[in-house]
Amino acid sequence: MDEAKKDVQKQEAATPEKGEHTRSRRVYTPAVDIIERKDDIIVIADLPGADEKSVDITLEKNELSIYGKVEPEVPEHHALHLAEYGIGDYKRVFSLTEEVDRDKIQATVRNGVLRIVLPKAEAVKTRKIAVRSEG
Amino acid sequence: MLWSEFERLGWPLDPWRNFEHMRRAMTRWNAPTVVEFPAVNVWIAENSAIVTAELPGIDPNDIDISVVGKTVTIRGSRKPEGLGEGESYHRRERWQGQFTKTLEMPFNIESGRVEAKFVKGVLNILLPRAEAEKPRKISVKSV
Repeated sequence: MDEAKKDVQKQEAATPEKGEHTRSRRVYTPAVDIIERKDDIIVIADLPGADEKSVDITLEKNELSIYGKVEPEVPEHHALHLAEYGIGDYKRVFSLTEEVDRDKIQATVRNGVLRIVLPKAEAVKTRKIAVRSEG
Repeated sequence: MLWSEFERLGWPLDPWRNFEHMRRAMTRWNAPTVVEFPAVNVWIAENSAIVTAELPGIDPNDIDISVVGKTVTIRGSRKPEGLGEGESYHRRERWQGQFTKTLEMPFNIESGRVEAKFVKGVLNILLPRAEAEKPRKISVKSV
């Protein structure tokens, strides 16, 4: 139970070594799940407040970057009384170790969750070799 | 001015006392030690309150909100991704499980007029103050 509670706090992203942000807003590191399946790898990231129009995904060489822009909504005529989470953009970069079929990458955003399906390139797919019995 | 003069004038000896008090108040705001899922923000005005919570990936139909008196309770669950044969997690950081979170407002809530919306994985609940206890202005008649 304690384990589950620990991860709830949003993690602010470290200041990048190169390329500082021009916008003065917070940037968070989204929590992700990565699942490897037979023919593809799925990256699932929590980006509450972002939608399909505000998420940018780029793949350069073997670096997969996710950037989600969030427009903070401040309720009118109300004062903030309790703040357990901050609002800001999301950023995370992954190095892909496996060859990915770049043309077939698919990404969807639903209810604030980004799901990227990275199909493995034909060459790295595990092939099943049938063993025939002779005689 | 010398420290001794502070004392003579009857001012608190430790000029950092107020500062320390402020710092403590600030750290309490910025770094809650344990936050139960989901993390919420609470906005309050005289006659209404707004509670927002980040619940990415949860179906709005699976979120249960109940209001009693001054308290609002949010319940729901986030199910883990089912794995098929030959599939494995490389990374597993996203929170999952069942949650219940209860928050107390400074006033009684008009339960019939509570509105909730769920946009882009963010829940927003509007809690109006009960009509019966809204402050009323009483005019004084001259006789």
